[in-house]
Amino acid sequence: MTATLPSLTLVPKADSPQSAKDFKSDQEVRWCPGCGDYAVLAAVQGFLPELGLRRENIVFVSGIGCSSRFPYYMNTYGMHSIHGRAPAIATGLAVTRPDLSVWVVTGDGDSLSIGGNHLIHALRRNVNLKILLFNNRIYGLTKGQYSPTSEQGKITKSTPQGSLDYAFNPVSLALGAEATFVARTIDSDRKHLTEVLRQAAAHEGTALVEIYQNCNIFNDGAFEPLKDSDTRDDVTMRLVHGEPIRFGKDLEKAVIRTDDGHITVADVAEVGEDAILRHDAHAKDPGLAFALSRLSNPRTLENTPIGVFRDIERPSYDRLVRDQVADVTAREGVGELQSLLTGSDTWTVN
Amino acid sequence: MSKQVVQLNRVVIRFAGDSGDGMQLTGDRFTSETAGLGNDLSTLPDFPAEIRAPAGTIGGVSAFQLAFADHDITTPGDVPNVLVAMNPAALKANIKDLPRGADLIVNTDEFGKRALEKVGYETNPLEDGSLDQFNVHAVALTSQTVEALKAFDVSKKEAERAKNMYALGLLSWLYSRGHQGTRAFLEKKFASKPDILAANLAAFEAGWSFGETTESFSVQYEVAPAHMPAGVYRNIAGNPALAFGLVAASQKSGLPLFLGGYPITPASDILHELSKHKRFGVVTFQAEDEIAGIGSALGAAYGGALAVTTTSGPGIALKSEAIGLAVSLELPLVIVDVQRGGPSTGLPTKTEQSDLLQAMFGRNGESPVPIVAPKSPSDCFFAAIEAARIAIEYRTPVFLLSDGYLANGSEPWLVPDADSLPTIDPGFATARNHVAADGSEEFWPYLRDPQTLARAWAVPGTPGLEHRIGGLEKADGTGNISYDPENHDTMVRLRQAKVDAIAASIPLLEVDDPDGDARILVLGWGSTFGPIGAACEITRRTGAKVAQAHLRHLNPFPANLGTVLASYDRVIVPEMNLGQLTMLLRAKYLVDVQGINQVRGMPFKSTELVAAIGDALETL
Repeated sequence: MTATLPSLTLVPKADSPQSAKDFKSDQEVRWCPGCGDYAVLAAVQGFLPELGLRRENIVFVSGIGCSSRFPYYMNTYGMHSIHGRAPAIATGLAVTRPDLSVWVVTGDGDSLSIGGNHLIHALRRNVNLKILLFNNRIYGLTKGQYSPTSEQGKITKSTPQGSLDYAFNPVSLALGAEATFVARTIDSDRKHLTEVLRQAAAHEGTALVEIYQNCNIFNDGAFEPLKDSDTRDDVTMRLVHGEPIRFGKDLEKAVIRTDDGHITVADVAEVGEDAILRHDAHAKDPGLAFALSRLSNPRTLENTPIGVFRDIERPSYDRLVRDQVADVTAREGVGELQSLLTGSDTWTVN
Repeated sequence: MSKQVVQLNRVVIRFAGDSGDGMQLTGDRFTSETAGLGNDLSTLPDFPAEIRAPAGTIGGVSAFQLAFADHDITTPGDVPNVLVAMNPAALKANIKDLPRGADLIVNTDEFGKRALEKVGYETNPLEDGSLDQFNVHAVALTSQTVEALKAFDVSKKEAERAKNMYALGLLSWLYSRGHQGTRAFLEKKFASKPDILAANLAAFEAGWSFGETTESFSVQYEVAPAHMPAGVYRNIAGNPALAFGLVAASQKSGLPLFLGGYPITPASDILHELSKHKRFGVVTFQAEDEIAGIGSALGAAYGGALAVTTTSGPGIALKSEAIGLAVSLELPLVIVDVQRGGPSTGLPTKTEQSDLLQAMFGRNGESPVPIVAPKSPSDCFFAAIEAARIAIEYRTPVFLLSDGYLANGSEPWLVPDADSLPTIDPGFATARNHVAADGSEEFWPYLRDPQTLARAWAVPGTPGLEHRIGGLEKADGTGNISYDPENHDTMVRLRQAKVDAIAASIPLLEVDDPDGDARILVLGWGSTFGPIGAACEITRRTGAKVAQAHLRHLNPFPANLGTVLASYDRVIVPEMNLGQLTMLLRAKYLVDVQGINQVRGMPFKSTELVAAIGDALETL
């Protein structure tokens, strides 16, 4: 049934049921023990059988960085490319091969520093790609420099007195590029991660999934407030389309609209239940989703929304490309090489 | 009133005016009419990088030179027989190239005091005698055009803009060119603007009539058709020819054509041309930058497309890392570099051959890439097919080194028979190709064809052949990541050996040496073919002996190149750079090759090469 999802109608279905094992390659996984990447790998391998696609019609494309080793561990087609360029490479593949399910695996340095340009252009074009952005807020493979998502003041090898850069919020950035699907999830929350993957896979066009991922070597505990059972309910705002945006241990906090048109977090007891905003991931205007993405405190992670911020319908770029080729061909007929070469302005020598 | 008709065997005309005067269009139209009359021809557009450079300045002059003849010609000519100068800037910028006795047609309306001062003329050259050595035709082109269009419903400005059609009409009469092609062209161009169409047609006719009636022109010229092989001809410039070659390679290989590119002068016309041919299944992707251009092409190649990226020198610099990835992935990719003057932004609209070493070596690591270079505008078609053939058959990125002169210059082309073009077999892997120790079948993506050393190419969607490739070093055969020192040494040598092995599939270098006993060889590559050929011909007419050879493949070289070089007392290599092929030949063959080098943004003049060859002959 899942192969009839809008994004996957052209991808052939497997003949028989699959299991996570079918998606494990014979290569030894070489991430550091305890790395959050393991959990994401397991979640993806566990989820893909649900889509029921032929394995040979799935491609993982990555850039450079720890997370970009991901394709080697998937028993599908895959390419481990160069730093930052995976969205560009995947665009060429997705545009020419509608029968493939194309996934991009990237990190915060790969997609937001060296590859920032390709990311925003893939998002605005709405190419049929599923982009998994592993955000650990640090450079791991180069051994611990600050990244474009590191909080200001971060002490790292390259910033012994603290980083001065103001950080990107990947969700805000993607919404600014008018991405049609933007979500955030957490490596250790298998259930939530899987549900977000499910919605991303169903989406036609570019789906950007930011995955908060722990680097236990260079930035351990970066997302601890979202994971620790004592604090997580207090700081994590779970977005569900159509539902009131409430959170806190006793759902005592909520998002409301203020008199000046902004949104803020308030005590339900003070504002009343009627004031609570309902999440609308399908809103054409990305304004509310953007406002939600700005609520979190990048240092303390208080008020961090997770879930699907935005999921709207817009024809994918690759579909438009194919439609244009089909339209022209239907109107003018299939091209004939000899007439192309001859053209309309000739003379004959006898 | 009919005038005396004089037969000429060769004419070189240069149209020159402001960037906005429509000189390129005028040149194109004259070329088209000339082609239709069966003359052989060669063109050289020469325009500034600015779209509308400051009016009336030397820097804003746009020129179009055309040579046409009743015999085979290979260059647009060294010096014009006729210069059409639309303003003082055009006169000043071009007069130095005009030989004594040449015809000079000047638009006198533009020779006012301010226009003269703007380019530093202290006196009016039309009146001070400085042009006495030329056959000056002072024509009030602008005002005569406006006068001719009095009855038409167009503004004065629009009427003035039609002066290029008036000039075209005059030149068309002078050289007995036809009306029909220009009429049809204008009807199409201004189909939705009937007033403008009528004005342009009337301006053209008025220019023609002026030629017939004015006493300024006492004779009319004719140039008989050239003797060319029988067949159907069209005129073609290098960029469209290259685009057609890519479409042909796509059809002949059965692989859909994907172009990932970013606009850059002088390569953008290939993107423009291919974007018109969607009904051939062509997908053109205007990427966000040069890197995404090649990145998307590489992605398409992975999916089994005939993938192409088009650019010029600065774009190659940006694509270098991705070219290295293509070398490592061993995927087919055609990289078109339409060379222009460098370094950096350099001379965007001028020609140069200075990217040869960048193509050879401009990457990290040992990263060999085959190089093919077309020798003429129409040869861009066949060179593109050859580049695609090597890319597909050997699973490798291939450089196609065109240049600004080839890209924009045009010549008659004997239209090839599409059916007779050779097919290209992608030879996709469809089954597992290795048996493991335990007897199970596996797919090894880096298992090679023993002859070509090409690796097995399995595209996504092929069941049972799922595999991962990347830029990390791969184990020989399996393609799995390997940091083993011996394996790396093996893989580096294998990639080089594969490129070297391409030599077995390319023709031996042919030498043109009519008597077979020349002691001096002139060796060229790329667009210098025309000027070198003309120079050798002129030299031979003096009784001197000179051999000519031209390289189409720059990496690898033809297998007999070393032998050819060793069999001449002197080898000279003209290049529009400071000696890049010369350096490669010296390094590889230990031969004392002498370079003839210029980097003026313009093709060699054959007279310059005749002099250089003469010097070399004297010192033999």
